[in-house]
Amino acid sequence: MASKTFLQAIRDAQYEEMQRDSNVFIMGEDVECNMFGTTTGMIDDFGRDRVRDTPIAEAGMAGVAAGAAMVGMRPIVDFTIAPFLYPAFDQIMSIIAKSRYLYGGQAKVPVVLRANMIYGNGNAAQHSDRPYSMFMHMPGLKIMVPSNAYDMKGLMKSAIRDEDPVMSFEDVALWSTKSEIPDEEYLIPFGVADIKQKGKDCTIVAIGAMVNLALAAAEELAKENISVEIVDPRTLAPLDTATILESVKKTGRLVIVDAAFSRCSAASEISAIVSDEGFWDLRAPIVRVTTADTHIPFSSSMEPQLYPSKDKVVAAVRRTLS
Amino acid sequence: MKVNLSKDELAEMMRRMIRIRYFEDAAVELHKNGEIRGSLHTSHGQEGEIVGACMALRLDDYMVGNHRSHGHPIGKGAKLRGLMAELLARETGVCRGKGGSMHLADFSVGSLGETSIVGSGIPVAAGAALGAKMQGLDRVSLCFFGDGAAQEGAFHEGINFAAIWQLPAIFLCENNGYAVSTPISKTALVENIADRAAGYGIPGVVVDGQDVIAVHEAVSAAVQRARAGEGPTLIEAKTYRYLDHAANMGRDLKYRTDEEIESWRSSKDPIARFQARMLQDFKFEASEIEAIDAAVKEDVADSVTFAKDSPFPDPAEAWTDVYAPIVA
Repeated sequence: MASKTFLQAIRDAQYEEMQRDSNVFIMGEDVECNMFGTTTGMIDDFGRDRVRDTPIAEAGMAGVAAGAAMVGMRPIVDFTIAPFLYPAFDQIMSIIAKSRYLYGGQAKVPVVLRANMIYGNGNAAQHSDRPYSMFMHMPGLKIMVPSNAYDMKGLMKSAIRDEDPVMSFEDVALWSTKSEIPDEEYLIPFGVADIKQKGKDCTIVAIGAMVNLALAAAEELAKENISVEIVDPRTLAPLDTATILESVKKTGRLVIVDAAFSRCSAASEISAIVSDEGFWDLRAPIVRVTTADTHIPFSSSMEPQLYPSKDKVVAAVRRTLS
Repeated sequence: MKVNLSKDELAEMMRRMIRIRYFEDAAVELHKNGEIRGSLHTSHGQEGEIVGACMALRLDDYMVGNHRSHGHPIGKGAKLRGLMAELLARETGVCRGKGGSMHLADFSVGSLGETSIVGSGIPVAAGAALGAKMQGLDRVSLCFFGDGAAQEGAFHEGINFAAIWQLPAIFLCENNGYAVSTPISKTALVENIADRAAGYGIPGVVVDGQDVIAVHEAVSAAVQRARAGEGPTLIEAKTYRYLDHAANMGRDLKYRTDEEIESWRSSKDPIARFQARMLQDFKFEASEIEAIDAAVKEDVADSVTFAKDSPFPDPAEAWTDVYAPIVA
């Protein structure tokens, strides 16, 4: 056991998989100089062939990775900040997501596309998105949004070994948070949610860094003898709907906490699934705690109010119980 | 680069060109009859550049193409049955009825897929070249794209990646003069797309796309460079498409004159020109060419019969191959 940060978990997962499989390599902007701390020591140990700095050319990065994957490589592409995925949208949606299907199973595209989500820090609208739900819309992609370093490492190792394209959305708020990481190897499968705490009055499904918010809210609610069950889906595609429905069956109430915009969000999708398949288990309307549907402004007089907060989660749970 | 082609290789060039021509003749008829659904983009007139390029490749080299998708895999050596079955949406199609006319692929001959988003295949081809290089294979990767694609951002990014990493890639611009109806004069100021190669620090070559031997020589030189680790080449084949952008677009768009089309057909047809050379320069007997022609006609007819005799995919197949099969 060793205490490791979320960033170290990313680095260790990548490093171990690069050691294990010579087809795994990393490409992205500023990976050689280890800009964000996820490629520490890699240039020394793997060299420039497998730690490749790229031009600022996101569509090219995605497309080159797709082509390399189709002939047997396993590229990890670091897009750095999530909105930088947008210039690569065509390659992700039309090539990476669809090639296996379009060519009748002849193509496989085992790429890992990594993007971090920085928000709440005055970086304004173009740098602050949490865009995973846009990609959830598209069949063919797998999506992970880990909430802690332990899950990050286990999911990232699974992602690198996966036969399908995986997008990893990494919340910057978690970068320095630590988990106890076992010395021995472990993998976390996709599509298996983690119940962070058991409870009986209300289920909170929380995505990524929102899990910590949910845990804090639950602690406060416990003082009022409100017992909250917290489900961390860990991956949004595939989504462990069975665990969510099972929890709602028990509690009869559901709050979904998602740091993305509300409209067409992962929270909306989970809400729709539970309405479709778990409606008769519900004892109160589903409540979504999300980021307001406006752009992210620069000024601190405007920005913080827009995001989910512990108080908003507490209020949402109370609403389901009122 | 002068390439000495054997008589068999010359015969194979002719065979592949007319395979494309007759395959597409059949496809146009089937599309007219409503037996092929969706859109159908033919390469009538472009067979010379396709076959000249593909004949410079090995079977294990990679190739990526575009929505004008039939000629490329045929040129690369794919069997016709699976291609025709795909056009006719059958379970036995190369893409098992999921891709159709714009998205043929036959990985068994290195055809990594035709993509219908213009320009999108260019970075993918660079990526296949990267994979070959990293795996220490001496394979090359060739990408076919049109003059329209040369105006896309993907053209710039894909070629630049191949250039900076000195990848074994050949970018073959099939400049047929029109992006759907829009002439190249409206979309680019440079006279030749190949002139842009200088901007990436790689060689750019312009070649007569209606001369299969000239294309073959240009691409062979690029392949040799690529295999030697000297990086990519941008080749522009000046060519022409006889038919509309896509079959059955419904009306005459009048962006070019009948005289223009006729002048290409009558004086620059790649198959007619090569046939003349076979007889005059390469000492083929007319009967030898007739035999190739007859065999190809039979092959195409066989592919249509095979396709029509094949079942349509089970509707449940709509849900397969979205993700890899789960291995227990």
